[in-house]
Amino acid sequence: MSEIMAFISISAIPILIGLIITHGLYQKVPVYEVFIQGAKQGFTIGVKIIPYLVAMMVAVGMFRASGALDLIAEVLKPLLIACNISPDLIPLAFMRSLSGSGTLGIFSEIASIHGPDSPITKTAAVMTGSSETTFYVLAVYFGSIGITKYRHAIIAGLIADFAGIVIALCLSKILFY
Amino acid sequence: MMNYIWAGFILAAILIGCCTGQIADVSHSVLTYAGKAVQISLSLIGIMALWLGVMKIAEASGLTCIFAKLIRPLIRFLFPDLKKNEKAQAAITMNMTANALGLANAATPFGLKAMKEMQKENPKKDTASNSMCTFLAINTAGLQLIPVSVIGILVGLGSKNPSEIIAPCLLVTFLTQIIAILTVKWLQKGSSKCQK
Repeated sequence: MSEIMAFISISAIPILIGLIITHGLYQKVPVYEVFIQGAKQGFTIGVKIIPYLVAMMVAVGMFRASGALDLIAEVLKPLLIACNISPDLIPLAFMRSLSGSGTLGIFSEIASIHGPDSPITKTAAVMTGSSETTFYVLAVYFGSIGITKYRHAIIAGLIADFAGIVIALCLSKILFY
Repeated sequence: MMNYIWAGFILAAILIGCCTGQIADVSHSVLTYAGKAVQISLSLIGIMALWLGVMKIAEASGLTCIFAKLIRPLIRFLFPDLKKNEKAQAAITMNMTANALGLANAATPFGLKAMKEMQKENPKKDTASNSMCTFLAINTAGLQLIPVSVIGILVGLGSKNPSEIIAPCLLVTFLTQIIAILTVKWLQKGSSKCQK
């Protein structure tokens, strides 16, 4: 199953491009000229998101560097120990919404400390594997079209992140312990 | 909202940095991340250009129309404002498919294309529309069939059965998606009442 999925992941992009170009030729579209027309907008979008991404990544980067996540972990520790959950998972839970590379970094650390087949590592894997970096997605997607008022998108994203963590923890508790 | 969250991150970082004695790291991270943000933005230009070009071919050949038809019932429920915008529907379909297959590099350009189409229907250009909020909620909840990078790390450390996490990840992602959609639809009702 995972081999099939891996094959699809690897080959999907060239196959998709091939199919679209073939269909274009079949419909007598001047594919090269049309491609260039569309591709011209790529630069504008890339440049347009710079201010949004700078604002977001600097704020998140400062927050991470300050040791705030360790502090939060320290504060929440008694609560989690009472619920029988490893406190090592707290920084991961918060990092998930903030930074994709940061999340993978913490996950690698947990996996190498506790071993790749330990219940904590598997729980962390489910937490990491079932999420997307909310703040990055918000900055890039809204930035590309110049939107600064995010309305309920941000709360909905964070509520979903929180729900995802709780569900991942509960499910892992049932499956891996 | 974003004003407070953004300021909150920065002020908390300064305050906590002073208390923990890590203010030097905080100071260093300002410059590092400003640079990183530009690098990431610029690295998007190539794949953006590629996929926008390919999408343009699909539009000219009528393929986007076929894609849009595939998920029309779902679109009607999730994005009622986009009923007539076939380009947006196609881009949303492609974004969801690419996300599900774990093709992050392709999912972002399709997603941004979808945002651009949604912006055309948006009466207030600096404020997110209902469709945009729904679309972002779906994207931030992360619809992915196989968490490739996580499995990669597990394999690298010699895990005996790394694919064991696929099924739980799927279940969690699926439930999170439902919660994200319900939350966004529920908040949308509240916020439109306030505007009246």
